[in-house]
Amino acid sequence: MGPHHPSTHGVFRMIVTLDGETIVKLKPVFGYLHRNHEKIGENTTYLASMPYTDRLDYLCSMTNNWAYALAVEKLAGQPVPERAEYVRVILAELTRLLNHTCLAGFLMQDLGCSGTPLMYAFREREKILDLFESLSGSRMMCNYQRFGGCRLDPTADWLAAAKQLTDGYGRFLDEFETLLTGNEIIMARTQGTGRLSPELAVNAGITGPMLRATGVNYDLRKVDAYGIYSRFDFRVPLGDHGDVYDRYMIRVLEMRESIKILQQAFAAIPAGPIIDPGAKLRGFRPKAGEAYGRIEGPKGEIGFYLISDGTPNPYRYRVRAPSFVNLTVLEDMCLGQTVADAVIILGSVDIVLGEVDR
Amino acid sequence: MLGTGLIQGLAVTAKNLVGSFHDPERYTTVEYPEVKPKLPENYRNFPFLVSETAEDPMGTLRCVACQICEKECPPQCIYIVKSKDKKLDASGKAQLYPATFAIDTSVCMSCQICVEVCPFDAIKMDQEFEIATTDRFHGLLLNREQLAKPNSYYHQIHPTEAAAVDALLVAARKAAEEKAKAAAAAKAAAAAKADVARVSRPVNPAAANTNTGQETRATPATSAPQPPAAPSAEAPKPPPPAA
Repeated sequence: MGPHHPSTHGVFRMIVTLDGETIVKLKPVFGYLHRNHEKIGENTTYLASMPYTDRLDYLCSMTNNWAYALAVEKLAGQPVPERAEYVRVILAELTRLLNHTCLAGFLMQDLGCSGTPLMYAFREREKILDLFESLSGSRMMCNYQRFGGCRLDPTADWLAAAKQLTDGYGRFLDEFETLLTGNEIIMARTQGTGRLSPELAVNAGITGPMLRATGVNYDLRKVDAYGIYSRFDFRVPLGDHGDVYDRYMIRVLEMRESIKILQQAFAAIPAGPIIDPGAKLRGFRPKAGEAYGRIEGPKGEIGFYLISDGTPNPYRYRVRAPSFVNLTVLEDMCLGQTVADAVIILGSVDIVLGEVDR
Repeated sequence: MLGTGLIQGLAVTAKNLVGSFHDPERYTTVEYPEVKPKLPENYRNFPFLVSETAEDPMGTLRCVACQICEKECPPQCIYIVKSKDKKLDASGKAQLYPATFAIDTSVCMSCQICVEVCPFDAIKMDQEFEIATTDRFHGLLLNREQLAKPNSYYHQIHPTEAAAVDALLVAARKAAEEKAKAAAAAKAAAAAKADVARVSRPVNPAAANTNTGQETRATPATSAPQPPAAPSAEAPKPPPPAA
């Protein structure tokens, strides 16, 4: 299948061996979108890699930015002001909302409901993208985080608009769930499809909603408590079947938890500087050493591993891309299923090829 | 009951369908060529060069060809050639200027890093988005004449940011003037203390400004790079070769 459109997720190819309509072997082929991301990162300055991280997972540029900024801040021992931490949490949770909304829409598109849920999802996503645009200047390629804070200070108007959107988001989720969650056709297609066992998920290094759908309680926001996540009160949704329906439900429930986090963040955001006054923009040279910064992105653990040798460019720049790792168990999930199921299993993994191929 | 979920879902789509005709909250599209979208102030797409005045954009560019943006640009889409001579900038200080300043907009990824690293506030992000062209070589490679836009335009598209930048520039200029004044006073005091009296020669403005407003062309191998801003005592330069 492929390499053009096995579903709507980009340029990806699966070599599928069939017995009748049952899959007996499946081999994913990727690399069509390889852009030398890591080598470019080693040949440019630390700052110049920041806009490239937008292009990894182009749906969630804010979380990519944050993971990279976190790695560099660890490397350079750079503190981050309080307000910037809150703004980062707000933006990361908004990104989670838009990513999961999009994913639910795409998954339904893969299932064959052509258009309607995807258009509803995109309508809501567009509202969040408008917020990102008015804050950072670009809808998707935000390039907003900096080492030691954020680039621009959100105005009170922006925060009010974001709060209003968050308050209205629950209503949209109710509507979306009425449309989809109880739908008999969706249940028949997704329940029991693409099961993943918790043992295999842990052994393969799966992270994010896919891991939690199998019932393993592992959320970096709780485990690492990076940034200021220890201050927020939220629950981690867990599934217990590890099938496509669980993965869809985990994402819906995570969105509801994100709304809770957002409301707490809007209530508690302090005034103050948005970027550390000692942060350097030009001539940034961290001392020799290495650092790994990771956050819970919407798709799983996104991490950046950097080795510095004291020059303006990193000596080694490595990306741990969640969708790439999550895609490795595609064959195990698809064996014994039909061809039509392979498409929705791929859809439920939530890949973005920009990140898989890098 | 089997089918309840389906019927509920159909009710949602029916509500959305009816709502899209009368509920303003559900009008989500703009009829683009007739109605232009209202861009947020922070919106950015491609860089432009700020000049002080609209009448003489090439003479009043803020850019001093320091080439920091060229080095920092992640996709390396900026190309700068420094001028061989200097000319006076808005604050009356002799500065280099870019003899060539080109941005390849087919490579530019609109990341705004050039704007952030520029110490002279000379390059800013534009909001012009109807820039399609049929010539993919010269139409997308913008030179300094195409890139230069006056400060008033910058105020028009980014009012808040431009006001802050202007305030900063005025403060910096004032600080520089005071510093110069203090330095001059110290010099005068030192001169008064010394026994010798030095002749202070005024700079001949005609000689200092020979090339202002004209583009110097690099003639290959004829002239070695001269020390910039040669003092006025030098013989008058030959006129630049005809264009």
